[in-house]
Amino acid sequence: MNEIITALMRLGPQLAEHVLLSSAAVALGILVALPLAVWASRSAAAARVALGFASLVQTIPALALLALFFPLLLALRSVFGEGLPTLGFLPAWLALALYALLPILRNAVTALTNVDAEMIEAADAMGMTGWQKLWLVEAPLAAPYIMAGIRTASVWTIGAATLATTIGQRSLGDPIFAGLQTQNWALVLAGCIASAGLALAADGLLGLVERGFAQRRKVLWAIGAGLALAGVAAAALALVVPGQQGKSIVIGAKGFSEQYILARAIGITLEEAGYRVEYREGLGSAVVHSALTSGEIDISVDYTGTLWTNQLKRTDNPGRAAMYDEIVRWEAQTSGARVLGRLGFENAYGLAMRKSRADALGLASIADLADVASGLTMGGDPEWFERPEWQSVRDAYTLRFADERTFSPTFMYNALASGEADVISAYTSDGRIAADDLVVLDDPQGALPNYDAIILLSPDIADDPDLARALAPLIGAVDVDTMREANYAVDREEDKWSVGKAARWLLDEVTG
Amino acid sequence: MADAAAPFLDFASVSRSFGAIVALDKVSLAIAAGEFVALVGTSGSGKSTLLKMVNRLIEPDAGKVRLNGKDVAEIALPTLRHGIGYVFQGIGLFRHMSVAQNLAIVPRLEGRTLPESEIARLLELVELDPALAARFPEELSGGQRQRVGVARALARNGKLLLMDEPFGALDPVTRAALGERVRRLHEELGLTLVMVTHDMAEALMLADRVLVMSQGRIVADETPSALLAGAGGDEAQALVAVPRAQARALAGRNVRSAP
Repeated sequence: MNEIITALMRLGPQLAEHVLLSSAAVALGILVALPLAVWASRSAAAARVALGFASLVQTIPALALLALFFPLLLALRSVFGEGLPTLGFLPAWLALALYALLPILRNAVTALTNVDAEMIEAADAMGMTGWQKLWLVEAPLAAPYIMAGIRTASVWTIGAATLATTIGQRSLGDPIFAGLQTQNWALVLAGCIASAGLALAADGLLGLVERGFAQRRKVLWAIGAGLALAGVAAAALALVVPGQQGKSIVIGAKGFSEQYILARAIGITLEEAGYRVEYREGLGSAVVHSALTSGEIDISVDYTGTLWTNQLKRTDNPGRAAMYDEIVRWEAQTSGARVLGRLGFENAYGLAMRKSRADALGLASIADLADVASGLTMGGDPEWFERPEWQSVRDAYTLRFADERTFSPTFMYNALASGEADVISAYTSDGRIAADDLVVLDDPQGALPNYDAIILLSPDIADDPDLARALAPLIGAVDVDTMREANYAVDREEDKWSVGKAARWLLDEVTG
Repeated sequence: MADAAAPFLDFASVSRSFGAIVALDKVSLAIAAGEFVALVGTSGSGKSTLLKMVNRLIEPDAGKVRLNGKDVAEIALPTLRHGIGYVFQGIGLFRHMSVAQNLAIVPRLEGRTLPESEIARLLELVELDPALAARFPEELSGGQRQRVGVARALARNGKLLLMDEPFGALDPVTRAALGERVRRLHEELGLTLVMVTHDMAEALMLADRVLVMSQGRIVADETPSALLAGAGGDEAQALVAVPRAQARALAGRNVRSAP
């Protein structure tokens, strides 16, 4: 309980940004939806097109809609110039506004097309122009229904805005995503409570406005609208007051524990060197590299094997050193980003077994495994058996398992413990390897590509010598055992550490 | 009575079809200022179509409608309609506006405010308590609403009032009282009234001149007394026969039930 309250107290900036983002998105949604609704109420064809489009948008999962704005804005840079932001507020704002469109549009069109025919006949017969009819008759009669649509849109938007975290916009999704990853339920609950509370407050205030319109009570809607606007203004003020001057270094992190810990470790190191830092955590794995090369974030930790396949589009495996050198060259040449160096550990796919079982079977490497595989079960995460790594290792050692089974990453380790799988596709820096007393089998043929963790600097700061000097102590300093232990400290069920504590511990280990 | 040079309102060979149905078939008609004309006929006879051509809620396919000698098609719609009162069965009071706001709407469209004293006078004209000015339509009875509808139609410059089945939805007592009131307003204010009704009795009691319509044509144009005396042809007499038979039947009952 106390942890939740502590977490809630720290959510001030997230709450403020969440309020601003949601209100800006609903405002834009209103601005687009109302003229469309007037047009749609006068033309059945326009109504079909507008409502069809808004419904189509609604069928796109919010997470995907947010992510889709990244490539879109990137393409638009050719029109608006390099200054156009591709992550953060702009794409979140646009995507959420699109999302807010449907309820406002649908309610407004329904309300406008259902104004009593008698009133319309009277208005026409007394010589009202189209605008006078809209302003004096249709708008006031439709107002309560339109307000109900805005209310629905607001609640949806506040909920969906938590997903803005994944594209680098600070929101109440920050604690939710961080907490889900590190299984810190206090953090998840704090984020959920805050966003649910915000949604309820917005719903209540806008409900007051709606009632005010319906009952023609000015006081009621003035109070509702006044309080809602005051809330938005307070949020804006809260963000302006701290008076941020100068540019801070933005550190990105993908959505899993190791990334959170390393981002914090880099951040702490830079802060001690006098830099101001910000974090963009929980970024989608696909957007991190683009975010770095486009300068939305300044520093990221990535893995050589990931970049090799996803960015360089290569399928061969030239070996550890050649791969690293090629990535350094490729980044410098194509994106201008700088590979500062390897951290020292790998987070690769590896074949892992219980140590006792491997010893009993006399297995030390994957080559040994080939002889006994026909009596064993291989377990993998949902994508493992489709990945090139599996095909490569299977072909290199001619592995033929008795059975192949798929598990979610968490259950994969449980399956090993319970004997439902004998060998699994583990992540080599996973804390459970040490904790569960597992062994990662050697790969003498180098069939599994390397996933060296490397620090990447954006083109903007690639040539900053002070920064490189500040980060130098981390290069080559994090061995896989240290990383596993830090990961385990935040992943385990009991005596769970915060990400910040694990990061400090890691720094003490590598520099102390 | 009619001004030969320029009738107040005249229809010159107007026609209108809706798809295959001919609603009006080359109708010509002149109405003088200050007349109270009733358009009577069965459903689909074209009477409402003819009425709505005056304020151009319906436009003719052919022919012209002239008001004070001027083709209504050439008058800007707001100008034309601001000057013509329109009362219809649906009433169409704006339910988000008070009675006073409803009465003041046309002056408001013309950029004027209607003084409170004028609102009170309009309410008194239709025999309503001026205290009702602050009420909203949903707080009024059906009869009160239509009285406000009539008052709203009077709140403008111009003396032409178009009425389309104005009392059709009212109970008989209210209907008779409001009909009487409108008749007296016609006399007191010198209004020109064109009223569509399917009720021949109402037309005979209220109007100066009764036009009978059938299949898009005017088949009779008579005074009430002439119609009662048997003029106007078969179709008109078929309509007159209904109230006459009712009156006779009622008179018969009266005699039988007398002590």
